[in-house]
Order: sequence, then structure tokens, then C-alpha cells
Amino acid sequence: MIGTLTTGFGVWNPLIWLCGIAASLFLSWLIWQCGESDYEGDTEQTAPYLSGNAEPEKGAVHIRAGNMYWGFTAALKPYYERLIPLHSGIVNDYVSWFLIGAVILFVVVILG
Amino acid sequence: MNVDFLTASLPALLITVPLFGAFLTPVCGRFLPNARDAWVILTSIVSSAIAVLLAVQVYAKGTIVYVFGAAPGLGTIPADSGGMPIRILFHIDGFGVFMLISAAIVSFAGILYLTVSQSRRSSRSEFYALYLLLVAGIFGMVSTDDLFNFFVFLEINSLAASALTAYHRNGGLAIEGALKYLIINTVGGLMILFAIGLLYAKYNSLNMAVIASQLSLTTLNLLALILLIAGLATKAGVVPFHFATPDAYSVAPSGVTTLMIVASQAGLYGLFRIIFSVYGSMFTPAAVGWIVIILGVLSMFIGVTMAIPQKDIKRLLSYHAVSQTGYMLLGVGTALAIFDDTTLINTFGRMAMEGGLFHIINHALYKGLLFLAVGAVIYRTGVWNLNQMGGLGHKMKWTMIFFLIGTLAIAGIPPFNGFASKLMIYESTFAFNPAIAVIAMVVSILTLASFMKVFHSVFMGPELPEYANVREVPKRMLAGMAILAVFVIAFGFVPDLTVNILIAPAADALLHQEQYILCVLGGG
Repeated sequence: MIGTLTTGFGVWNPLIWLCGIAASLFLSWLIWQCGESDYEGDTEQTAPYLSGNAEPEKGAVHIRAGNMYWGFTAALKPYYERLIPLHSGIVNDYVSWFLIGAVILFVVVILG
Repeated sequence: MNVDFLTASLPALLITVPLFGAFLTPVCGRFLPNARDAWVILTSIVSSAIAVLLAVQVYAKGTIVYVFGAAPGLGTIPADSGGMPIRILFHIDGFGVFMLISAAIVSFAGILYLTVSQSRRSSRSEFYALYLLLVAGIFGMVSTDDLFNFFVFLEINSLAASALTAYHRNGGLAIEGALKYLIINTVGGLMILFAIGLLYAKYNSLNMAVIASQLSLTTLNLLALILLIAGLATKAGVVPFHFATPDAYSVAPSGVTTLMIVASQAGLYGLFRIIFSVYGSMFTPAAVGWIVIILGVLSMFIGVTMAIPQKDIKRLLSYHAVSQTGYMLLGVGTALAIFDDTTLINTFGRMAMEGGLFHIINHALYKGLLFLAVGAVIYRTGVWNLNQMGGLGHKMKWTMIFFLIGTLAIAGIPPFNGFASKLMIYESTFAFNPAIAVIAMVVSILTLASFMKVFHSVFMGPELPEYANVREVPKRMLAGMAILAVFVIAFGFVPDLTVNILIAPAADALLHQEQYILCVLGGG
């Protein structure tokens, strides 16, 4: 069948996968159709409840990139404190890393 | 001049056309400025068409060996040369055309995009000339069978890429990035030249097949191998030789960065060609295989973890380029580590190699697409900082769709092309060493997380007042992105055809060193 990639341990066919996705979406739509149609847009029903406070402007609540994954970088702070300074932007450091890498390769290959 | 002669001369035209186009572009810009853009696009179309025609020839008739300066039919070894090829040879096999196709697609998409995105800039004739020189450098690197010739094309590649990076200054940052790229690649290039000198002094030839046929296991040859690996890994942006790569990628014009991805992959081509076709099974492959795997794992992990905290959108993409190179090294390195075990090669080694090679072309396509889409955002907003972006999906719907396609592909989400190659790498490396496969999957999850951040912070959210006047980019820039997006989707939908037609011949070319030597020394 066109699209079937045999990996040696299994198979992958994007066309079958798409059919599966389409069937899942159709099933979801059928379930959604069974629900009650009491939704009314642009009413108080759709407004967020913020403990009685007024909703801020849309632009003010946009989550910027700097607010995302701060937990990830904070958790890995010791790792980043060592990794980021290595990327110093100084060419001398870059050439040093080249030499260190080449020497390590040489030692490993000669010993290997 | 008949069709047969032209067909036979395609390998020479592969280099001649972009070089001729490059040198005539400033002349065209001087005397026919209105026709200059059409000229560079036409040159790119013809160059790419030659690459595709060569691919068709190789897939239909087998490897092409072209001898420069020799009459047709005389073969690679002149009668009075003492049994040694003395002319420059082009050896174009399954691996070479695979790289040529990748370069042909990306370079054409890039020039379509650049002729619009650079339209506000000055001195464009020289800029396009450098672009075409870069194309010639890449084509030459993946076609030649002569080590010194390879070095010359590598230098053309590096010099043109550095000049293009610095060409349109960005407050000095571009020049700084270009200088770092130039210095580091020059150091790498010098190591390669030194290694070539060692091999030439010993074997009295610069021809890769001749050297491969006579190579023995000596410390000097291993030193040459290490210097070649270090120099080519620098070109490919492999950790720990990668430092200048994000500095240059992040400040170059986006259309140029797209082609620089392929330019780096030409370094990867050289690395694999030297390891498999020149050194082959002469040395203990497990040691070098593990070196390639470790370089791959380091590149994957350090690349992606450095990408996550970035605020500059192009710098973030650049670190992901380093990370993705790791997957290619991982796949091919796994095959190398078991190179002398035919059973393991047949069980999963070949799959690992095909996965690694498949990822090369996939990465060129989706990372090219991502850089073009990000370039479109910068073209309209003038902003590089992710923290200042938002809501652009309302105004730049096509750019958003193209970026999303690239995002899903790089994160390995089905049914896009990145999923197919990553699946091949995961399954084969799992059979080799489950821990490595787990690292590869974790890196893929981190890649998805990183790109979700980018997609959300650039395109999602409410319209921001500062971008009220932003609109979609011109159609020719969209066309450049569309070309790459079509291939990203197509390769994802028919992975079997892609692997059978493009990837398997490339893997065969690397796995069968004896055929490589026979093609050159056995006749032309």
C-alpha cells in the first residue's frame, strides 16, 4: 500500500493514520451533536469569572514568551549556570573548544 | 552542440551555471537592473534543473563519473599516468544526488523569497552573486571526488556564507556573527587542509577513491581522520564545534540562513563520505561510531536545552538546527558502530542509517521553512524578540500556517516528514541502545515544547495595538515557503517512496565502499 513505511520493527502509514484521525473527529462531532444547545455567545455566560474583578484588556493578558517555561529553566538553574557562559560569544573561547574537541577525539580514536 | 553532449556535460554545468550566473549578476544589475531579479531566479531554476536531471540519470543508469578535461570515453585513468587518475573527477552517486536534490529545492525556494525580502536593501546584485556562489560551493562539495577540490568548494561555501551573513548589517551584530563564523570555519578548514596534506604526502594522490584503495591503519592516517572529523563537524555545527553556528544563523537574512542549513549539511556529507567511502572498514568502526553517536547526543541535548531559554526568535531556531543535526549523527553513527557486523546491519543498522540520512533532507526542508516564516514575521514587524511579539496570526494567516507545518514537522508530529525519519531513528537506536533512543525522544518532546512557546508567543493571543498595521508578506515570499511546505507534507505522506527512491541509494552508496572505489578506478 502506498505510504507504508516498514521500519523493521513495525509499520507506519500516514494515510491510515489520517483515516483514524478523521474517524475520531467524526465520532467527536457526533457526541458533540448529542449535547444540549444552550450556548449563547457574547453574553455573561461566556465571560470569565475573576473573583468579581473586571476583565482586563485582551492585550494585557497575552502570555509573552518570557513567562513560559520559567519553571523549567528555574529547575535546571545549575545546568544553565554552567551551559550558558560557555556560549560566551568570544572567538578565543570558540577556538579553544575546537582544540579541546579535536584533542579528545584524537585520544579516543588512538586508544580505541 | 547536441543533446547527448549536453547530457554528458551535466556534471560540469552543475558548477558552471551558478558560477556563470553569479559573475554575470553584477553586470546584469549594472546595465539591466530591471531584469536582475529575473536573471538570478532563472539561474537558480537552471541550476536546480541540472541537479534534478543528474539525479534522474543516476537513479536510471547508476553512478556518474565525470573527468574534467578528458575526451568522452577515455576513462578516469589516462594511459600514461601510471595507473592513477590525475585529472579532477566528479563522482556523483546516490548520496551525492540526494544532497543535490536537497540543495536544489532549498536554493530555489530561498532565491524566490530573497528577491522580495531584500528588495528594500542596496547592492543587491553582489548579494545575489554571493548567493549563487554559495550554491556552486554546495554543489561542488557534494559532487567532487578530489580532496583538494573538496577543500576549495568548502572554502567557497564558507566565504560566501560569511559574506552573505555580514552583507546587510544589523547594527554590527551581523558583521560580528559573520566574522566568528568565518574564523571558526577557517580554523576548521585549515585542519582539513592539513589532513589532506598528510594523505597526499603518503599516497601521492588527492583522489578519494585512490586513497581509499591504498589506505592502511597508521597513526598518521588516524590523525588525518580526526582532523577531517573536527573540521567537517565545525562546518556542520556539531557540539562542541558549534559555537559560531547560532551566532551566524541568527543574524543572517532568513533566506540566506535557509541555504546555510544546506551548506552546513554539505559538511555533514563530507564527514560521512570520508568515514564510510574513504576510511570504510579499515579502522575499528565501533570506536568512531560511538564518537559520532556521542557527538550526536551532545548536539541534540545541548542544542535543544540552549534553545528553550532564548528570546531572540532566530537564535532559538539556530540552536534547534544544532539539535536536529544530532539526530542525523545518531542514526548514521549507530550504523557505523555496527558496520563490521553484517547481521546487525541488516537487522537495524541500515534502518538507522536511512533514518539519519532521511533526517538530513527533512531538516533542510522544515528548518528552511521555519526560517523563511520567521523571516516573514521580522520583515513585517522588524522585531526579533519573542517577548515583544503576539497575535500576528490574525494578520499573517499564511505565514502562520507555514510556520505551523514546520513546527509540527520538526517536533516529529505525524503525518509530517520529521515523524517518519525520527521513527526510523528511534526504532533502530532502541535496538542498539535503549537509553540513547529515550534521550532522542526526550529531545523531541523538548523541541515540541519549545516550538509551542514560539508559536503561541508569535501568532496566538489577541491582536496587539503595535501590530495593527501589519499585513501578510508578498506572494513571492509565500511561494518560497509554499515550495518547502509542499515537500514537507509530500515526504511525510509517502515516506516509503521517499526512502526507496532517494534514501536507499544514498545509504547503499555509503555502505558499499568497494563499489565506490570500483566506479572510479574501474573506468569512467
